[in-house]
Formats: sequence, structure tokens, C-alpha cells
Amino acid sequence: MNQFSYVRPANLKAAIDAVAKDKSARFIAGGTNLLDLMKSGVVTSEKLVDINRLPLKDIQLNQGTLHIGALVLNSDLAAHDLVKTHHPLLSQALLAGASQQLRNMATVGGNMMQRTRCTYFYDTTMPCNKRTPNSGCGAIGGINRMHAIFGASDNCIAVHPSDMCVALAALDTTVLVTGPKGDRRIPFTDFHRLPGNTPQLDNNLGKGELITAVEIPANHFTKNVYYLKVRDRASYAFALVSVAAALDIRDGVIHEARLAMGGVAHKPWRLPDAEKALAGKAPTAENFRIAAGVATQSAKAYKHNMFKPALALNSIQTALQKAASV
Amino acid sequence: MKNAQVMSAENDQHKKDKQEGRRDFLKQSSAMMALALTPPLVIKAAAHDEAIAGIFEKMPVNMEINGRKMQLSVEPRTTLLDLLREQLALTGTKKGCDHGQCGACTVHVNGRRINSCLTLAVMQEGNQVTTIEGIANGDQLHPIQEAFIKHDGFQCGYCTPGQIMSAVACIREGHADSPEQIREFMSGNICRCGAYDNIVNAIVDVKSGGKTV
Repeated sequence: MNQFSYVRPANLKAAIDAVAKDKSARFIAGGTNLLDLMKSGVVTSEKLVDINRLPLKDIQLNQGTLHIGALVLNSDLAAHDLVKTHHPLLSQALLAGASQQLRNMATVGGNMMQRTRCTYFYDTTMPCNKRTPNSGCGAIGGINRMHAIFGASDNCIAVHPSDMCVALAALDTTVLVTGPKGDRRIPFTDFHRLPGNTPQLDNNLGKGELITAVEIPANHFTKNVYYLKVRDRASYAFALVSVAAALDIRDGVIHEARLAMGGVAHKPWRLPDAEKALAGKAPTAENFRIAAGVATQSAKAYKHNMFKPALALNSIQTALQKAASV
Repeated sequence: MKNAQVMSAENDQHKKDKQEGRRDFLKQSSAMMALALTPPLVIKAAAHDEAIAGIFEKMPVNMEINGRKMQLSVEPRTTLLDLLREQLALTGTKKGCDHGQCGACTVHVNGRRINSCLTLAVMQEGNQVTTIEGIANGDQLHPIQEAFIKHDGFQCGYCTPGQIMSAVACIREGHADSPEQIREFMSGNICRCGAYDNIVNAIVDVKSGGKTV
């Protein structure tokens, strides 16, 4: 790891100033991804601004909206009664990610800020437009088994690795941000970016902007939900594909459906067309098959992930079936 | 310069190691090796160039490690794992992958298990750290340690300190209610010898025995 200076500001404003005014400074929360990247030489920050002691750890239910501080640990969030009761999909997704040790370190904000696990991004001897803009993409013509099937560009086919974010995308979450220019609110699905011509940008945060909380509005997805994660081993591995499925079933009819996928795109991949295809329909295997077909019709695979569109199709059906039969 | 607390911790460890000539030799020789391998130019530059000397600056950090309050001094980039192993000679905590993928470095901070390789020592200011050296009661092994011996929960033993720290936490968290749940909540600890079945049996044994862990 390169040498760096370390500061622990006493308040939010001082923390934002410290990052906004120093080109090479970064926030550090749990550190589980940032220190990994610094050890690999992918990130070489000269100043780390420790935000762990800032008062951003609250979980509150305000008139149906669940407010979750950005520094709440992934393990605490997964186990919290308000989350298990009101948003069990989020709890399931959190527990599908990482290990208990890492969940005891990783924060909500840090989970959202984690970088792709594309091996070409991590290997500093390989070209990568995300790590070094305009250096090329090692994955497009390389080993691309883990890579995107939706929303990729000729510059980058990396995927976002989070499970938590897939559930938050499905649950219409809002991201609360503060920074040098004040506060703003970003719809979760607009927080992360597609690679386009600027794959070095994972999200729409400005320099010095800090996630302070996420807010999940009230919903009726408290029973028929399922987070399905398909991976190379039974636990503690990144997703080949994952599916967050939530159904609001009333009198045998799907009143509203939510679907999002992980491991398939540069951002948590919400599936609005498939959701529309399910609304007003009966929760049957045939309707789930039709919705999964709608969800995956724009999939584009590469040499080593040709299996992914079919895996995605099957996984969506399985997740919907599991959600419906809870 | 090492401060008095660090020296005293190392001296204590030194006494413990007296019978273990090999370990002692390895620690001394690797320290001399490190000095010998430091490029002379870097040392020279550090002495003469303020900018480069600055990067070697250490920061004070206070921690309670295995019940002992310590005032330490570390470079900001020192991980908790490296502090334990390199500065405090608490080499029971292992460095496996150093990237949070294997769990060999698992320790407890304020009662919760974490990967000590992925946190900076300076971030642990004021915290209580427990390592594998801190869980036995004197000569009396921790129930999980006894169970690992009874059930043959290891072969080469390299992952074992991390497995044991994780297993203790797994039971304390309430995540050891079934073999399936144990497997899921122990998945952050990789054993390349494949002693998983015996590790699960050891945890089931302690959990069902109802002993306080």
C-alpha cells in the first residue's frame, strides 16, 4: 500500500471539506473494499478521511418511510427488526452478500460505493478503461464469464457486485447525499451509472459529496419476497446472477411486482417491463415464464458468459416462484 | 522509536517464547532481514528529505488488546493484522490472503468478528481487540479450542485461529442453531485442507453442550 495521511474529522462539514479540497483524498468507512484496492495498487489515495465516528448510524421509521443511516453496518441492518418486518427482501439480500466478518465492517454507504470485482480492473498490468481511462478493456476479448449482459458498452462490460443494492433498487429507495453545494436526494436507480464512454465513473456523486442515508418508502412487499443468488459455491462468492423478486398478491392476483437483478450490469438492474408484464396477472408459472422472457430479451452475451441469458431467465422464474409460494 | 508499552508487550511475549527457540529465531532473523533489505537510498532520503521522511510518520493509537490497555504508535497504512503480528508479536492471528477472502485473520473488535487485514490500526482507536491468544483462561483452553482438538477440526492448522475466533462469534451471535446455519455463517473462513465437517461437528458439540462461550 502507498503511504498516506489519515484524518478523523469531528463533524460532517469537516469531513466533506477534507475530501472536497484535496484531489487525492477519499472517505473511508468500513474499508473492506478501499483497502483491498489500495493493497492491489488500483487506488492510490494520499489522504484517507475516516468517517466512522460521524453520527450516521440511525435506523428510524418515519410515517412509513424507513430511514437508514449510511454508516449502519450490513450485519446490523440485516438483523434489524424494522428491516426484517417491513423490508425482508433487503435483509435476505444483505445476508447473501460477503461473510459475517465483512458484514460486521461494511456500511450501507460503503456497500453502494464498492467497485467492480472485474479481474481486469484489479490487475494493474492489464488494460482497463475503468481504472485507466482510454487504456482499453481487457475483459471484452478476454475471460468474461462474470461479466455484463445488460447495458454494457464497447468500453466496459464490468458488473456491480453488490447484493444489498439490488434489493434497494427494487424497493424504490432514495439516496440522501450532502456535499460542498448542500443536500440532494437521488433516486436509487439513478445513483449508479452505466459505463457508456465514462466507465471510470461508477455513480453520480460529485467530489466531496457523501452519502448520509437511504430511505425506503412504505410498500406491501412484506411477505411474498425472495432474493435468489446463483454463484460458484454455496456461500461467500459474488453472484453470477442474482434476482430480487417482490410480489404484492391480493385475492390471487399480482397487484404490483418488483424485479431487479445483480451480476448482470454495471449497476443494479431493475426490470420495469417485466414488472408491468406481471401486474394484474395471476401468480402462475406461465406468467412468470412470460415475464422472465420480457426481462431477458435485450440480453447480450460475450464469449464466456453465453450461459448467462438462460441462467437469468431461469433464475427470474425461480425467484418469482419462491416469492409467490412463501 | 518504539514506545515503552510496545517494548514491554514484546518483552512479555519474548519470555513466553523462550522455550520456543525456532519461533524466536525466526522473529529475530526476519527483523534483521527486513533491515538489511531496506534500500539504503530510502533510508538516506528519509533522513535528509523532509517530504519523504514525513511518510514514515507514525500516529498514536490506544487500544485494549486481550484485556491489556496499550498506547501504540503506527504508520497510518498499518493494518490491524500487521500491528498484531509485526509490532506486538501476536502471531497467532494469521495472514492468509491479506484481501478479506480467507478469514485466517479473524479477530474480535468490541465483541464482533472482523477481518483484521481489511481495517487500519488507526481506525481502531479506543477499541477492544481479542485475538486467539486472548480466549483461553490461563492454561484452560476455551471450549471451542477443546472441541477442535476433540473433533480433529484441522489438518495443517493455518486457518485454525481464524476458524476458532469465527466459531466463538458464530455461537455468541446465535447463528449456530443447525449444521446448515453454521456452514452459512462460517463461510468466511476457508480451510484448504477441507476440515469443514469436523469444524461443524466441533461447533455443534459446543453449542449443544450449553457451555458459556
